[in-house]
Amino acid sequence: MTPALTIDRLNVVFDRFRALKDVSLEVQRGESFGLVGESGSGKSTLLRSVAGLVPVASGSISLDGQILGRRRDKAFYRQVQMVFQDPYGSLHPRQTVDRLLQEPLAIHNFSDGEQRIRRALDEVGLGSGFRFRYSHQLSGGQRQRVAIARALILEPSILLLDEPTSALDASVQAEVLNLLEQVRRDRNLTFLMVSHDLAIVTHMCDRLMVMQNGEGLESLDASALAARRVTRDYTRNLLTASEGFVRT
Amino acid sequence: MSGNLLQVEDLRVTFPTRTGAIEAVRGVSFSLGRERLGIVGESGSGKSQTGRAIMQLTPPQAKVSAKKLSFDGIDLLTASAAERRALRGKRIAMILQDPKYSLDPVMTIGRQIVETLRTHEKVGRAEARERTLAMLEAVQIRDPKRVFDLHPHEVSGGMGQRAMIAMMLIAGPELMIADEPTSALDVTVQLDVLAILDKLVSERGMGLIFISHDLRLVSSFCDRVIVMYAGKVVEQLKASELSNAQHPYTRGLLNCMPRIGDDRHPLPVLERKPEWAA
Repeated sequence: MTPALTIDRLNVVFDRFRALKDVSLEVQRGESFGLVGESGSGKSTLLRSVAGLVPVASGSISLDGQILGRRRDKAFYRQVQMVFQDPYGSLHPRQTVDRLLQEPLAIHNFSDGEQRIRRALDEVGLGSGFRFRYSHQLSGGQRQRVAIARALILEPSILLLDEPTSALDASVQAEVLNLLEQVRRDRNLTFLMVSHDLAIVTHMCDRLMVMQNGEGLESLDASALAARRVTRDYTRNLLTASEGFVRT
Repeated sequence: MSGNLLQVEDLRVTFPTRTGAIEAVRGVSFSLGRERLGIVGESGSGKSQTGRAIMQLTPPQAKVSAKKLSFDGIDLLTASAAERRALRGKRIAMILQDPKYSLDPVMTIGRQIVETLRTHEKVGRAEARERTLAMLEAVQIRDPKRVFDLHPHEVSGGMGQRAMIAMMLIAGPELMIADEPTSALDVTVQLDVLAILDKLVSERGMGLIFISHDLRLVSSFCDRVIVMYAGKVVEQLKASELSNAQHPYTRGLLNCMPRIGDDRHPLPVLERKPEWAA
């Protein structure tokens, strides 16, 4: 079976800075794959390169075995959608939720917009009462739900998640993570999820890759991580760090 | 332990809005000695406004009232602007969440720290520079001379937050208010910054108010924790007794975080009951 997403020796260069150095990974259909690392490790760049938001210097990205070109076509974006980190920045401040959700439908010439918007809002637990509100009238968690609804409305098969809960409170984070798990189950979605929080990634993902300085340091199963079967010191440090502050 | 550095009794912060007054903080009382106190709650629980009211940084349109708000015997509510200015930065200091926004972008890090020092103490240029360099070293910046001449945009978030801590500590405050000091930082850097803060606070015998939404982090760092919901204190307890928390809100906050190695799908979600806010 061909993997849903294959990244082969990918390099991304900004001016003279190599943001990604020969990174390879494979994500199977229906799998949830996590990328972990500190700021500047290249995890978001990897995600953005899949979405076609950063120029690729060398290497290839393929979707269902098809190598993607420099420009992504419309069909690609029907299949792959992204949810960004900051719900305060990723929603248009002058557009209502309704208008925000109509945009992708208009681009892809959907005719049953009315129905889809209602269903998408229901699915993310917002209900139609939120349909004609502006994003500044919503809380952070509600905004992130709108962003998820916008990504889901085209019924993609792959969802790229860039720290979807790091701007949210711990209590709201649980709600959004539950929502993401549920839509993944319901629609058999493939997730590629970035987070700096090991606990979130082990909770959400089956496999994960630890990144540092633009390189893929280690790939392992979430269960191996939970059992602390890691080989690299860096991963071990991350594990210790996620256990909270210990007074020495 | 508890008691005499800071006393807060029935603190209220009210914001006027078009649809009537909104009480962000509704009758918060606590007292603080030279200890580490954590204030935990979700966004909108009034935890930051509590910290800001103590620091006198409440926006001008808001109204602060309290039966008692005193720092080391000084009534903060009736103090004149000059008296408050003398306290702020010198005896009470505050660390804000994101060094990207809380440092002056057009001033070098060294100059900002020197400015704080020379505002509160009569020291010469050379001595101020010496003390700033020493302070930067104390917050574990490896090359203080280089960082002294850098602008905030030239350093990483962790480094910026260390500079911020250095700036707040240079005048030797007795009370430090840290409002989400590590939320903008990476997990690994977070622990470094906390370790620095912990060491300096205990060495200097300061009182610390640590404001955060991360109950676990706060409980591993503080002696005592206050849990706030909708502008009120719902529970106050020792950090070591967190596992025996009684209030369902506290328990909810504790349980909703994913943990490595446990398999809870879906995660327990916090149920908010209107009677908690009553």
